[in-house]
Amino acid sequence: MKSVLKKIYIALIILFLYAPIGTLIVLSFNASKTRAKWGGFTFRWYISLFQNEEILRALFNTLAIAFLSSFAATVIGTVACIAMMAMKRRTKSILMGITNIPMLNADIVTGISLMLLYISLGIRFGIGTILLSHITFNIPYVILSVMPRVRQLNVSTYEAALDLGASHINAFFKVMFPDLLPGILSGFLMAFTMSLDDFIITHFTKGVGVDTLSTKIYTEIKKGIKPEMYALSALIFITVLTLLVLINLSPTDKNKRRSE
Amino acid sequence: MNKELIQLIDISKSFDGQMVLDELNLNIHENEFVTLLGPSGCGKTTTLRILGGFTNPDKGRVVFDGQDITNIPPNKRQLNTVFQKYALFTHMTIAENIAFGLKIKKKSKSYIDDKIRYALKLVNLEGYENRMPDSLSGGQQQRIAIARAIVNEPKVLLLDEPLGALDLKLRQEMQYELIRMKNELGITFVYVTHDQEEALTMSDTVVVMNQGYIQQIGSPESIYNEPENAFVADFIGDSNIIPATMIEDKLVNILGTRFACVDTGFGCNRPVDVVIRPEDVILVEPSEGMIQGVVTHLIFKGVHYEMEVQACGFEWLVQSTTLFPVGKEVGIQVDPFNIQIMNKPESEDEEAVTLDI
Amino acid sequence: MTSKSKWLSAPYLLWSAVFIIIPLGMVFFYGLTDKTGAFTLDNILAITTAGHAKSLRLALLLSLASTIVCFLLAYPLAMILANMKVKRHNFIILIFILPMWMNFLLRTLAWQTLLEKNGVINHVLSFFHLPALKIINTPAAIILGMVYNFLPFMILPLYNALAKIDTNVINAAHDLGANHFYTFIRIILPLSIPGIISGITMVFIPALTTFVISSLLGGGKLLLIGDVIEQEFTRISNWHLGSGLSMVLMIFILINMVLSSIFDKEGEGSML
Repeated sequence: MKSVLKKIYIALIILFLYAPIGTLIVLSFNASKTRAKWGGFTFRWYISLFQNEEILRALFNTLAIAFLSSFAATVIGTVACIAMMAMKRRTKSILMGITNIPMLNADIVTGISLMLLYISLGIRFGIGTILLSHITFNIPYVILSVMPRVRQLNVSTYEAALDLGASHINAFFKVMFPDLLPGILSGFLMAFTMSLDDFIITHFTKGVGVDTLSTKIYTEIKKGIKPEMYALSALIFITVLTLLVLINLSPTDKNKRRSE
Repeated sequence: MNKELIQLIDISKSFDGQMVLDELNLNIHENEFVTLLGPSGCGKTTTLRILGGFTNPDKGRVVFDGQDITNIPPNKRQLNTVFQKYALFTHMTIAENIAFGLKIKKKSKSYIDDKIRYALKLVNLEGYENRMPDSLSGGQQQRIAIARAIVNEPKVLLLDEPLGALDLKLRQEMQYELIRMKNELGITFVYVTHDQEEALTMSDTVVVMNQGYIQQIGSPESIYNEPENAFVADFIGDSNIIPATMIEDKLVNILGTRFACVDTGFGCNRPVDVVIRPEDVILVEPSEGMIQGVVTHLIFKGVHYEMEVQACGFEWLVQSTTLFPVGKEVGIQVDPFNIQIMNKPESEDEEAVTLDI
Repeated sequence: MTSKSKWLSAPYLLWSAVFIIIPLGMVFFYGLTDKTGAFTLDNILAITTAGHAKSLRLALLLSLASTIVCFLLAYPLAMILANMKVKRHNFIILIFILPMWMNFLLRTLAWQTLLEKNGVINHVLSFFHLPALKIINTPAAIILGMVYNFLPFMILPLYNALAKIDTNVINAAHDLGANHFYTFIRIILPLSIPGIISGITMVFIPALTTFVISSLLGGGKLLLIGDVIEQEFTRISNWHLGSGLSMVLMIFILINMVLSSIFDKEGEGSML
C-alpha cells in the first residue's frame, strides 16, 4: 500500500515535468496554426520545417554553440581541476569560490555583466560573443563534475606510470585520464544541456540578426510561434530520449556482467 | 550454561531469489559471548540483522526471553547494535550521540550526564563529550559506537564486524577491551566476524557458518581441535586435510599407512577425511617415522619454522621449532589424539550440517 | 605533482578574471555612476521608488512561494528515490535533466495551452465535473511556471544529500529506540541540510531574477524585478539604472552565498 502511494507520487511529479513536453509533441501534429484549437493530425510542420531556413540556421547556431562551448569549457575546466590538485587548500578554495559565482549568480546579472564587458571592449556582438558567454557559464559545470573524480584520483598510479618509464603526458593520458573520463563526460553533457537550454544569457549577448533557437522562440512568442518550432523540438527531444535510452541500456549490462 | 536468552527457530531468508539463510536454528544464552564466524556471504550479517530487526526473515521465528519478537521493530527491541563502520551521527557531538537513546526514553538530565560519563569511562575516552565524531580516529569512533549502544542497558549487544576497519595492532588491543567490557557489563555479546583469530580469542561460543548453514557450534577449543568437517578445519587455522579410510574404530589408513587414532563410530572401511594441524605433525629421522618424505619448502615464521614435506603423494604442512633444511629426508609421526576424523561429505548439501548447541 | 602543473590553471585563471571578475566590476561601475561618469547612489536607491519596490516585493514573494512549493514537493520525492537504493544513480538524475533538452521557453509556453480557460487541464476537470482552474495570467500561474522550471534543481541536490546518508546511520537511530518521525527530525533532516541549502539556492535565485516566466504566464501585466532590469537594458537602454538594480539583486545572492557557505562547508550539496 505504502509503496503504491510512493509510486503514484513519483509518477505525478514526472507527469508534471513531462506534461508540457507531451503537449508540445501533440501540438507538432496539430493541423491548426493556433495552439488553442485541434485542427486534425498532420505531418505538414515536419516537412515545412526542413524548408524553413531561419529555423534551421538557428538550430545550427544552437548546436554549434552548444558543442563548441561545452568542448572548450571541458578542456579548460578539466585542466583547471588537475592544476587545482597541486594547489594549497586556501588557493584552491578561493578558485572554487570564483567557480561558483556563475553558478550562484543570477543569469540576468551574468548576462548583463558580459554584455557590458563586450561593449566596453568594443567586441562585435554575434556568434563569437555568445560562444564566449556560454564557455564562461559552462566551465563551472565541468569543474563541479570533474573535481570529485580528481579528489578520488590515486596519485600513486600516476607515479607508478612514471616509474615504469612513461612520460608525463603519456602517464596522464594512459592512467589519469581514464579515471577522470566519466566525470569529464558528464561535465560535457551537463554543459551541453545548459548551453542548449540557455535563453537569458544569450538574450543579452547575441547580436542583431544572430539567433539561437531560444532567442528565435522568444521573438516568435510575440508574433505567434510557428508550428515548425514544435516539430523541431519534438524531434530534438525524441532523438535525445532515444540516445539516452540506448546509452543507459548498454553500460548497465556490462556492469551486471562484471559484478556477476 | 546460563539460561537461554535468544532462540532463532527455522530462520530462512533469501534476497533476489538467492538463499542466504536456510532453516537456521541457534540458541544464545545469557551472558554469553557468541561469535558468528564465516566467509563473506555466509549469512552471518543477515543473521545479526534479523536479530536487530533490520531484516525480516522470510520464514521462522525470533524468540527473545520467551517472547516472539519476529515482527517487533528495532526501536522496540531490548538489544542494541554496534554497526560496521560505526554509523555515528556526524552532526552531533559525542555526548549527543551517546545521549540519543536515553533522550528518547525521556531520562532525566542528571541521569543522562551520569551515563555519558560512565560510558566514556568504560571505553577509555573520558573528556571527549564535546568533540565531533569526524575529529576522532577509527578506533575512537568505534569505542563511541559501543558507548552509544551500551548506555541503553541492552540485554544483548550485537556487533557487526566492529574491528574490520581498524589496523592489526589496534584490532588486537580492542579484542581485549571488548572482553573486559563484556565482563564489566555482564551482558550477552553477539559478534560477527570473518576473522578466525578474533573469534577464537574472544568468544565463549563460536558459530561457524557457510553458505547459509551453520557448520559447527562449540567452544573455541573444540572448534579448533575437533572440526566436524573440512570447511571448518580449513577455515579455522591451517590444517592438513587428507582423504583416508577408516579401517575400524581407532584405526585409520592414511595414504597407505595405518595410524592409530581415538575416534570411534565411523564404521568399517568407510572413506573419511582426517585433519591434522601443522603443529601436530612431528618430524623425526626417516627411520623413526611412520611415513617418509622430503622437505620441499622452508619459511621462518618467527615463533616457528613452516615447512612443506612431500610424503606419500601429499604435501604436508608442518610447523616446528626445529629446522629441517630443504631436501632433507624426514620421517613423519602423529600422535593418535591429534588425528581428527571427519565424515566425508557425499554431496554439497551434506557438507552443510545444521546443528544446535 | 610538480609545481609546473600549477601553471595549468593559468588559462582558467585568466578566463575567470576576464569573463567573471571584470564583468562584475563593470556592473558595479555602471551601477555606481551616472551618465556623466560621476559617482552616485541614485541607481541603487531607485529600488525604493514605488514601481521598483513593488516589482521587487512581488518577485520576492513569488520566488519564496515557489521555493517553498518546490521544497515540499521535492523532499518526499527525493526521500522515496534515495530509499529505492537504485543502482542506476545516473538514471534518476537523467530523468530530471532530460526535460531541459526541450527549450524552456516552449515548455513554459506549453503551460499556457494546458492552463488556458479552454485548455487541456480544464477539459479534463470538466470531464470529471470539477470546477475549472482559473489561474492563467495570475501570480499563481507564475509560481507554477517557476516551480515547473526549477523543481529539478531542488530534487537533485536533495536526492544526492539523502542518498549519501548511510543506511546504517538510520538503522542505528531505530536501534537506539527512535521511531520513524524522530529519526527523520533528528537524523535525516539535519544530515540533508547541505542539500536543502543548495536546493533553495538553485531555486530561489533563478526564480527571484527571472524575467521570461512572468511575461509568458503572468499575462505581461505583472512586472517582476527581473523584467524591470531586462527592460532597462534592452528597451530603455539605461544601463546605469539596470546595473544599480542588479546590484540590489546581488545583495540577495550574496546573502544566499554566505548562508550556503555556513551550512555547506565542503560543498556537499552539489547537484551532480
